[in-house]
Amino acid sequence: MQDMRKLALLLRQIEDQLAVCMRCGMCQSVCPVFAETGREGDVARGKLALLDGLLQEMFQDPTGVDDRLMRCLLCGSCATNCPSGVKVLDIFIKARAIITGYRGLNPFKKFIFRNMLAKPHLFHKVLEWGSKFQGFFARPVNELLGTSCARFLSPLGHRHFHPLAREPLHRAVPSVDSPPGSSGLRVGFFPGCLVDNIFPQVGHTALKVLHHHGVGVFMAENLGCCGIPALSSGDTDTFNTLVRHNLQSLQSRDLDYLLTPCATCTSTIKKLWPTMAEGLLPEERLRVESLAERTLDISQFLVDKLKVGAFLQGEEGDRVPVTYHDPCHLRKSLGVFQQPRMILKASSRYLFKEMAEADWCCGCGGSFSLQHYDISESIGRRKRDNIAASGCGVVATSCPACMLHISDMLSQARDQIAVKHVLELYGECLEGENPA
Amino acid sequence: MVTGALLKEFTRLVGANNVFTHEADRLTYSYDAAVLTPVMPAIILRPTHSEALGEVVRLCHENSIPVTVRGAGTNLSGGTIPSEGGAVILTHALSRILEINEEDLYAVVEPGVITARFAAAVESKGLFYPPDPGSQAVSTLGGNVAENAGGLRGLKYGVTGDYVMGLEFFDSQGNLVKTGSRTVKCVTGYNLGALLVGSEGTLGVFDKIILKLIPPPAARKSMMATFSQVQKASEAVAAIIAQRIVPATLEFMDNFTLRTVEDYSKVGLPIEAAALLLVELDGHRAQVEDDAQKVESICRSSGATNLRVAQDDSERDKVWEARRTALSALAKLRPTVVLEDATVPRSKIPAMMQALEEISRKHALTIGTFGHAGDGNLHPTILTDRRDKEEWQRVEAAIHDIFDHALTLGGTLSGEHGIGLAKSHYLEKETTRATLLYSRRIKNALDPKNILNPGKIIGE
Repeated sequence: MQDMRKLALLLRQIEDQLAVCMRCGMCQSVCPVFAETGREGDVARGKLALLDGLLQEMFQDPTGVDDRLMRCLLCGSCATNCPSGVKVLDIFIKARAIITGYRGLNPFKKFIFRNMLAKPHLFHKVLEWGSKFQGFFARPVNELLGTSCARFLSPLGHRHFHPLAREPLHRAVPSVDSPPGSSGLRVGFFPGCLVDNIFPQVGHTALKVLHHHGVGVFMAENLGCCGIPALSSGDTDTFNTLVRHNLQSLQSRDLDYLLTPCATCTSTIKKLWPTMAEGLLPEERLRVESLAERTLDISQFLVDKLKVGAFLQGEEGDRVPVTYHDPCHLRKSLGVFQQPRMILKASSRYLFKEMAEADWCCGCGGSFSLQHYDISESIGRRKRDNIAASGCGVVATSCPACMLHISDMLSQARDQIAVKHVLELYGECLEGENPA
Repeated sequence: MVTGALLKEFTRLVGANNVFTHEADRLTYSYDAAVLTPVMPAIILRPTHSEALGEVVRLCHENSIPVTVRGAGTNLSGGTIPSEGGAVILTHALSRILEINEEDLYAVVEPGVITARFAAAVESKGLFYPPDPGSQAVSTLGGNVAENAGGLRGLKYGVTGDYVMGLEFFDSQGNLVKTGSRTVKCVTGYNLGALLVGSEGTLGVFDKIILKLIPPPAARKSMMATFSQVQKASEAVAAIIAQRIVPATLEFMDNFTLRTVEDYSKVGLPIEAAALLLVELDGHRAQVEDDAQKVESICRSSGATNLRVAQDDSERDKVWEARRTALSALAKLRPTVVLEDATVPRSKIPAMMQALEEISRKHALTIGTFGHAGDGNLHPTILTDRRDKEEWQRVEAAIHDIFDHALTLGGTLSGEHGIGLAKSHYLEKETTRATLLYSRRIKNALDPKNILNPGKIIGE
């Protein structure tokens, strides 16, 4: 009982934010998890009521609350549509940290986060070994999508996953440090773990595109994870370590902007680094804030800062129809949705076609899909159906996590639809053609 | 808690995935959108087909377990707050549109169908289902019928109850009762539908609903007029109706609300105006044009300081954007929002507005008022923080005064949000002691064990 008091006291930190929810229930109309399960505990209103219940000591079940709190993609659909402006994501992330701090971190996660994720050098090594041996466990299933599935019973279940790249970006290009070219700009490039280890071609294309446009690039050696997997599991220690590590790597480099090709990294650096990184020195805090201000999605940079123009376009009939999936962390967290579309519309080879519910979450949610794959999968099928119904041969997006999950869904449905990063399609157009 | 053989029996009826007894799950069904104290139910049940729904009701009856049916839980008067130790029946899995009949202009639905989804399905067939309660994006048709929900189009098109042609529902013992039909005319038997509409789950559990559909209007036109005095805006409202013009929507916003909306959404509202009227006319194109001109000249002669007619769809959307954001803009100012819906005859709107101003002053509270001027259904919205006990007492006193004034002006306690738990104490005040007793005798005859949403409307 004494303990519950302690938890209630800790939760006071978010009391004012919790009080903003007026229980109107409008979040039910946009929550992807609720759309599949129909359970009040799965929608923001229910979770906020549960946290309120703990805070008011109406009941005593932090484990029950934690379990339900983790049944959330952190996609932010509820926050974007909330009439009262409840800062749902802030609340959930803080609450996860508070409850995890109170209950202790799950030992498996603790091992992964503290011993691997928090040590970028070791983390890279482990993934490289993994890449060498994965052939024993996985066999290719869809050539176009590049997906594989497990050869025998494995913790990955029946997923169709992208294997680790044979040569990750950091091995092919350990670091970059080039001066500004014709654009007069110099940017930091933060590839993110998934682009680095699973989709290195996106990283290569980014470097090529930036070079083409005369942008100087700094890509630090040994960059760490942005910290979101640890933070979403309530592990603020690992998160803080990673923020510090990355801050160190990006130190004093005179960068106009920091670019990432990953919607989740972008929104984490921009929104969560300043609000959640604790225990930083005032001087570090200032740097985090200044970095966050300059952090951009790469398509946002191309359109808003470089003002890239349209390519010469051929006949409509000759162009491949492409549709776009809005990553939640780009559209809902940062309001970026026009720029990637503008890039696709400017393409010489592709014809942009909007799919239904383009901004409905794909269901990945990072580690959510590891713990609740059944829900991830049913949300993903809805996305797959909308992609298939668009009749496009290619679906583009701006987040490697969405790419993974959408590939899984399309591959399981035996679709012959390619999944690409917007930047890859832009890169294709650059080859051999000059912008009009 | 429900345990042992009974729990097994419920599980057999609805399946293990549709029975929730965990404390954390029960807590998430202990509240609705009303600012009231949550009450923990003992069990949550989600039947997936009619037979299971009836059997669940029967089992609850046999075991004297109170039953509260819940759709989206958006009720503003506590109608979906369960009873201590009671069962919550979710209609979520009863969400099929069974039929949309284009020849006979009706639809048959299960109670869990979401209002907006239904309206869109009907629209895709070239037909129109007008009731548009504010929560339509999530609210269910079962809940709309149980509350007799209104909306912006009430003035011309009426409320949910005006579209209910027939009902199939389970009585308190789980037996199926049918009333009404798929025909325009039907006088077969007692008009039980009229009793069930707005009964807030106290007299039966809906299984199927037959709803009337109508052809959509061919044209629409929206306009926005501002006034330097509330009185002048009210006069314009009265004059529009007196000219025999019935707009589809005739909405009002006071100065506080429109300033808040403008601060929040920057749609270009004149913040110096004392009152704003939003009008939408619909119908045959020529008639709409004709009426629009009349409304324009009425507003001008009533002293409108500014008048803007939407020239196209995007301008029209902009006009309504302002109205749609009213509640959310207000809600962002303080943690707790008490949305009242005391309603007066529309000629009494100026008197009611004045009363609201006095109440706001007297209790030192912030009250923003907007709402359906055309039908007298105002939404005085009290902005507060329920954690502040002293202020909360003033809020309760203010609510009391609002009811008092509405009744003195010949109005009613609730236009569209229902009585539920929040206003049941006031029911006798608006009616008579005999009315309450008469209602209780009906309830007692139909539900002798008092298991159907006990305590709502008529108290315990």
